[in-house]
Amino acid sequence: MSKYEYIPEPALVKGNHSFSSITKLVTDVNLRPTPKPWYAAMLLANAFLGVFLVAVAYLIWEGTGIWGLMNPVGWGWAIINFVWWVGIGHAGTLISAILFLFRQDWRTAINRFAEAMTIFAVICALMFPGIHVGRIWVIYWVFPIPNQMAMWPNFNSPLLWDVFAVSTYFTVSLLFWYVGLVPDLATLRDKAKDKVRKIAYGIAALGWTGSGRNWWNYEKAYMILAGLATPLVLSVHTIVSFDFAVSMIPGWHTTIFPPYFVAGAVFSGFAMVLTLMIICRKIYGMEDIMTDDHMEKMNIIILVTGSMVGFAYMMEFFIAWYSGVEYEKAIFMLRATGPYAWAYWIMMLCNVISPQVFWSKKLRRNVNFTFFISIVVNIGMWFERFVITVTSLANDYLPSSWDYFSPTIWDVLTYVGTFGIFFTLFLAFLRFLPMIAIAEIKAVMPQADPHNYDEETQEYHPHEVVVPKPQAETV
Amino acid sequence: MSTNDQNTELYGILAEFKNPKALLDASEKVVEAGYDKFDTYAPFPIHGIDKAMNLPKSKLGWIVLGHGILGFTGAIAMMYFMSVIDYPINISGKPFFNAPAWVPVTFELTVLLSAFGAVFGMFFLNGLPRLNNPLFNVERFKKATDDGFFVCIEASDSKFQEDLVRQLFEEAGATHIEEVYD
Repeated sequence: MSKYEYIPEPALVKGNHSFSSITKLVTDVNLRPTPKPWYAAMLLANAFLGVFLVAVAYLIWEGTGIWGLMNPVGWGWAIINFVWWVGIGHAGTLISAILFLFRQDWRTAINRFAEAMTIFAVICALMFPGIHVGRIWVIYWVFPIPNQMAMWPNFNSPLLWDVFAVSTYFTVSLLFWYVGLVPDLATLRDKAKDKVRKIAYGIAALGWTGSGRNWWNYEKAYMILAGLATPLVLSVHTIVSFDFAVSMIPGWHTTIFPPYFVAGAVFSGFAMVLTLMIICRKIYGMEDIMTDDHMEKMNIIILVTGSMVGFAYMMEFFIAWYSGVEYEKAIFMLRATGPYAWAYWIMMLCNVISPQVFWSKKLRRNVNFTFFISIVVNIGMWFERFVITVTSLANDYLPSSWDYFSPTIWDVLTYVGTFGIFFTLFLAFLRFLPMIAIAEIKAVMPQADPHNYDEETQEYHPHEVVVPKPQAETV
Repeated sequence: MSTNDQNTELYGILAEFKNPKALLDASEKVVEAGYDKFDTYAPFPIHGIDKAMNLPKSKLGWIVLGHGILGFTGAIAMMYFMSVIDYPINISGKPFFNAPAWVPVTFELTVLLSAFGAVFGMFFLNGLPRLNNPLFNVERFKKATDDGFFVCIEASDSKFQEDLVRQLFEEAGATHIEEVYD
């Protein structure tokens, strides 16, 4: 027995599945009668959506004065929530595009609903810039379209870059998602028994047949889209960080912001994917596809990105001291010890300390524990944005204007309400669209590879790994 | 489903094969026999099917490149028109043509237009959307999006002869052969 042991890559699909059993497992969720608990969940999500609508209606009626904004903190929960939701969205693109380019086949189990999460999270995020302008009826001024002032947007402004970045991100994510959905919509069209579904899925599938010639262009398109989405996702959070970094506020004007924001975005997004995945796979019985191995891999990404975020926090501190700028040094000391120290230490605990537990393989594979950490991480990432936004504004250059920021009930209701938007959309997605990329998951099963078949008999022949005996030491 | 007496024009012959490997081998045989108006159908892309079908390189890359160039030049032209020609505004003394500040918008619009090119170009090259397809008249063809592997040789192929095509499919080990009517 050698001291080295060959450990094969775990199978991506557990259980004894054939192609048709995968189809059945996934499409049944969409084709069977609606389960009662779904209505209950939808009703709850709609209640939160109602809260959001009321909060926004009152905001439009009364103006942004209903929020806790004051002098000097003129940028409060709206920007925090915007950055938080956009960040969550980034995991979906990372899974669908970057892991695709790196040929990480395990992504196929989770890419569909991670992409759905991206789109819904970006919708939630886009609500905030939309409503925070106060005069929502002139929101079209942010776009380069002719208006009554005969003026154009300011292309030197990071806020304008943000408009382009986030709207491009939303459009490209939606297209990418739809391209992935087309073959699966065709599967649903062919599986559906009732007329309404046949017609609806039929139109959405655009007449997809699974033709080899079509797959050929399709795979090319998918690859190009992944190649486009990869720099895009990095650019989006970079530009979001420019909203802060391009200004002259202490604690914001730092070059570390773009990579640090991107790492934080991936960190919180993976946590959100895990939260959703752990619930969904349990309820819908998808444990064969979304396995513990997937969870473990995602936990490793959380560990890596969490450590990057932790490193960035330390670098920020170091650079503040090293720069020798009084205001920069002061704001970092104030973050850790000043009026918002409670928020700072929640952030440190949730983002830096908590993911470090995933050095333990046992905890990485513990479902309940992972679920707990995934929630903790997203709380931490919300506080990160809170700390960045509020502390720098509340305690800037002029101590006589310092003040303490507190949110109002409308801040809270608007934020809580966005969960209503998110879960309403997410529940509708789970009900009507395949939550797993059926065609993609089939393509990574061992039966899909022609090399795993016998040349003569064309019978399936699972690939066997031959481990060579260790050679005797010759030196 | 429509019956054969309504649809009398032969569209092609459809053969089912038992697994991806059989489909790959059958496709090679069809190419060897000299047919070019044929297609394979599978629920997922099969590794190596492009070689077995002797497919030329996809033209999609060129479409995307064209759209990308359009996005790039369009973005710069738009910003130049708006900030330099139509309504120049002095913003903290910065030049009207402020190239570094225009990078983000130029980049985003290049990506956006390229993505449009990739998605709509792919649908265009594939001839989609096409909601009526003679193959949808075949009940068995529903398996093509589940676990069926099919080859169809179209009647419009210059070499098409029904008995020869049937013979070819039988030799290739088809599990089921039937005619498709348009």
